[in-house]
Amino acid sequence: MIRVVLPHHLRTLARVDGDVELDVAAPVSIGAILDAVEARFPMLRGTIREHETGKRRPLLRFYVCEEDWSYEALDKELPTVIAEGMEPFFIIGSIAGG
Amino acid sequence: MSGVRVLVGTRKGAFLLTSDGKRQKWDVSGPHFAGWEIYHMKGSPVDPNRIFVSQTSSWFGQVIQRSDDGGKTWFQPGTPAGEPTTTPDGMPKGESNKFVYDTTGAPLTTHQWYDGTQHPWEFKRVWHVEPCTKNPDHVYAGVEDAALFESRNGGQTWQELPSLRLAEGSKWAPGAGGMGLHTILLDPNDTKRIFIAISSAGAFRTIDGGKSWKPINKGLHSQYIPDPDAEVGHCVHRIAMHPKKPNTLFMQKHWDVLRTDNAGDQWREVSGNLPTDFGFCIDVHAHEPETIYVVPIKSDSEHFPLEGKLRVFRSKTGGNEWEALTKGLPQANCYVNVLRDAMCVDQVDDCGIYFGTTGGQVYCSPNGGGSWTPIVEHLPAVLSVEVQTLK
Repeated sequence: MIRVVLPHHLRTLARVDGDVELDVAAPVSIGAILDAVEARFPMLRGTIREHETGKRRPLLRFYVCEEDWSYEALDKELPTVIAEGMEPFFIIGSIAGG
Repeated sequence: MSGVRVLVGTRKGAFLLTSDGKRQKWDVSGPHFAGWEIYHMKGSPVDPNRIFVSQTSSWFGQVIQRSDDGGKTWFQPGTPAGEPTTTPDGMPKGESNKFVYDTTGAPLTTHQWYDGTQHPWEFKRVWHVEPCTKNPDHVYAGVEDAALFESRNGGQTWQELPSLRLAEGSKWAPGAGGMGLHTILLDPNDTKRIFIAISSAGAFRTIDGGKSWKPINKGLHSQYIPDPDAEVGHCVHRIAMHPKKPNTLFMQKHWDVLRTDNAGDQWREVSGNLPTDFGFCIDVHAHEPETIYVVPIKSDSEHFPLEGKLRVFRSKTGGNEWEALTKGLPQANCYVNVLRDAMCVDQVDDCGIYFGTTGGQVYCSPNGGGSWTPIVEHLPAVLSVEVQTLK
């Protein structure tokens, strides 16, 4: 079971509290996780990556084991600790005041 | 007349303000969609319980919300054709948030950028939703970068009316707030005639339901653009229409207040004795087609009222002759702004006028501007105000 941490506003939109747990078939990649997130929560389509292009929205980043994976290939296989749910996959919004 | 419901979009959520026809005591509901920018919300004239909302974020993009019970509950109306309307867990699906330019109807070219270079067209957000006057499932959306979309299924899916971009789209440019299509006026007598306005492109008209568009900017004079009398490129902030006189439109431009009496073929300035004719909003009295309202702002560099005095100006002669309306409004140390979509009028016999400020106040005048009372005073910056008159 994969664990995904969503930013506050996306948790509100998806009507969930806390981490999201998802089944994702191996090999586990960022693209596979995003597909699973959008299938489980269709109202999040377009909020993490753009509808048509699939590009990551510019004010969001993907973090894996405290490393920025935002610019890694979407099909690159993620570490075992993510695939086995020991560490969560983070989707993080950039910090801004106001 | 049972009352009014004021729909307030702010930088940090939506608020619903309700009152009876006296408009003295108010119930406040919200924030709905807390933390999100609510650019605009508007109810269907056919079914007042149906309200469309543009919920948007630079982080997370565009979300369309809808209520069918007057704002008690909300949902996203979209789902892919042929699929269940919800997930197995009962979640509504997200197709209603998808705004994709129609590149087959009009090539997606570029538009002018701030520095004069050409810039790719990119969808950013919905600025304005305009429900149809005849059909509760038919609704228009004005978006940034400027384009007009429509939905004929209650907001489930959206299609662009692409030929608008053929009206010299490559010459359009964003204003400081972006290149948004912010005004949509539907002719109540002719469903195929629509007026729209874009910053900084100007006003446009279709008479065939959006198949073709014509710039209607003759008479506009803008000294801040290379050709002050250009066909497109003017920074129109808002246009307004009285439904009984759809050939007469009023405009608050970047500078200048103008009117046309031939559906935009020719405009003339009616700024008259206004202390400054810069501003954003303009609206028309519900029962007096020649009574109009503006909130003058000091200048394009200083977006606050002149001398720190918040004054609505009213003309009962369709322009040129203006009077200041100040009773109940702060007359010292007031430095808020009133944005283009943040003024509206109700249909009560004694017409109510409403406006919201970037300081978080929403004011109501239940007597056509004679006196003003704040309904709320400490909301986030107000982006839009609409009112529904409930029977």
